[in-house]
Amino acid sequence: MIKLNINQKAHEIDADPEMPLLWAIRDLIGLTGTKYGCGVAQCGACVVHLEGEAVRSCVTKLKRAQGKQITTIEGLSENNDHPLQLAWNEVSVPQCGYCHSGQIMSAAVLLKEKPNPTDEDIDNAMAGNLCRCGTYPRIRQAIHMAAEMQKKGGV
Amino acid sequence: MERKFVDGIKGTRILVVSFILGALVICMAFGFENEPQSVAQTKTPLNKDSIASVKAFQQVYRVLMSPRCMNCHPSGDIPLQGDDSHLHDMFPKRGVEGKGLLAMKCTNCHQPENTKGLHAPPGNPNWHLPPANMKMVFQGKTARQLAKQLVDPTQNGNKNMKMLIAHADDDLVKWGWAPGDGRTLPPLSHAEFKKQWLIWLNTGAYAPKK
Repeated sequence: MIKLNINQKAHEIDADPEMPLLWAIRDLIGLTGTKYGCGVAQCGACVVHLEGEAVRSCVTKLKRAQGKQITTIEGLSENNDHPLQLAWNEVSVPQCGYCHSGQIMSAAVLLKEKPNPTDEDIDNAMAGNLCRCGTYPRIRQAIHMAAEMQKKGGV
Repeated sequence: MERKFVDGIKGTRILVVSFILGALVICMAFGFENEPQSVAQTKTPLNKDSIASVKAFQQVYRVLMSPRCMNCHPSGDIPLQGDDSHLHDMFPKRGVEGKGLLAMKCTNCHQPENTKGLHAPPGNPNWHLPPANMKMVFQGKTARQLAKQLVDPTQNGNKNMKMLIAHADDDLVKWGWAPGDGRTLPPLSHAEFKKQWLIWLNTGAYAPKK
């Protein structure tokens, strides 16, 4: 049995330690906000937080994740009110939306480490998250907006 | 009597010529062609031999400049990728510690082991680039430049002779010989590389002329 702590909830699953974390999150635990994109850590659709870092869950095996704190898009905030989620909604960032849970999870690590990011910081942090709809300008805008929200402390 | 005198002169001539030739060879080896490296100043006893040393380094250089080694010793802050050593997709940056930055840290994708499959991320528990304050660049370096850099503690990660010798068996260095699917190996086996590395260091770590 593998013990996982996802969104501050303990799970015990009967799975191969070599199984990708993404499989367990989606298929065994039923949290489907995290998406499968490429399967080889090239696109960023599957980003979750592992001990606060923006890991690609499609290549992260359960044996690496067990016993550690995992956060998915469902656990980023209690009421979908993380500044990034509010800003994403305000700017209407998504087009098809498929990549955006991964985008937001990467952006959350950026804002945690750089609360007031420059455009260059955003490029450096977000370059691994692809959006085939090309919503990059709106992603940038929403990250700046979320940073402002954080600064004001209202959310 | 006269014959003994002539023989004596011949013997002296042979001795003098031998001495001059010997001195010439030593000068060429140590003074003109190559320069002994700073690591040779350590207390480790060395059997200095500039010719053997340079010859060994030429083999070492072939390995260090192969993609499996050079790709993580880029001249810029973005690692290289593939057998053609192109810039790493997504342009991840070195960061202060050489472990990436923000949401693009090396181990976000690179696992403690190689991920199976073509174009999947290779891995090692200690996957990283050299740190920003000592980039240990291989890319673009001549054999001479690289040899001098490798034995300079201000450029080699503060490594002394003992640490340089041990570095041949570093786990991340050895990853180069088990790089995962679709990646070519360095031009020498690890055993042969280590042999040449040790010959180079133990014969004085001389830098080639070029």
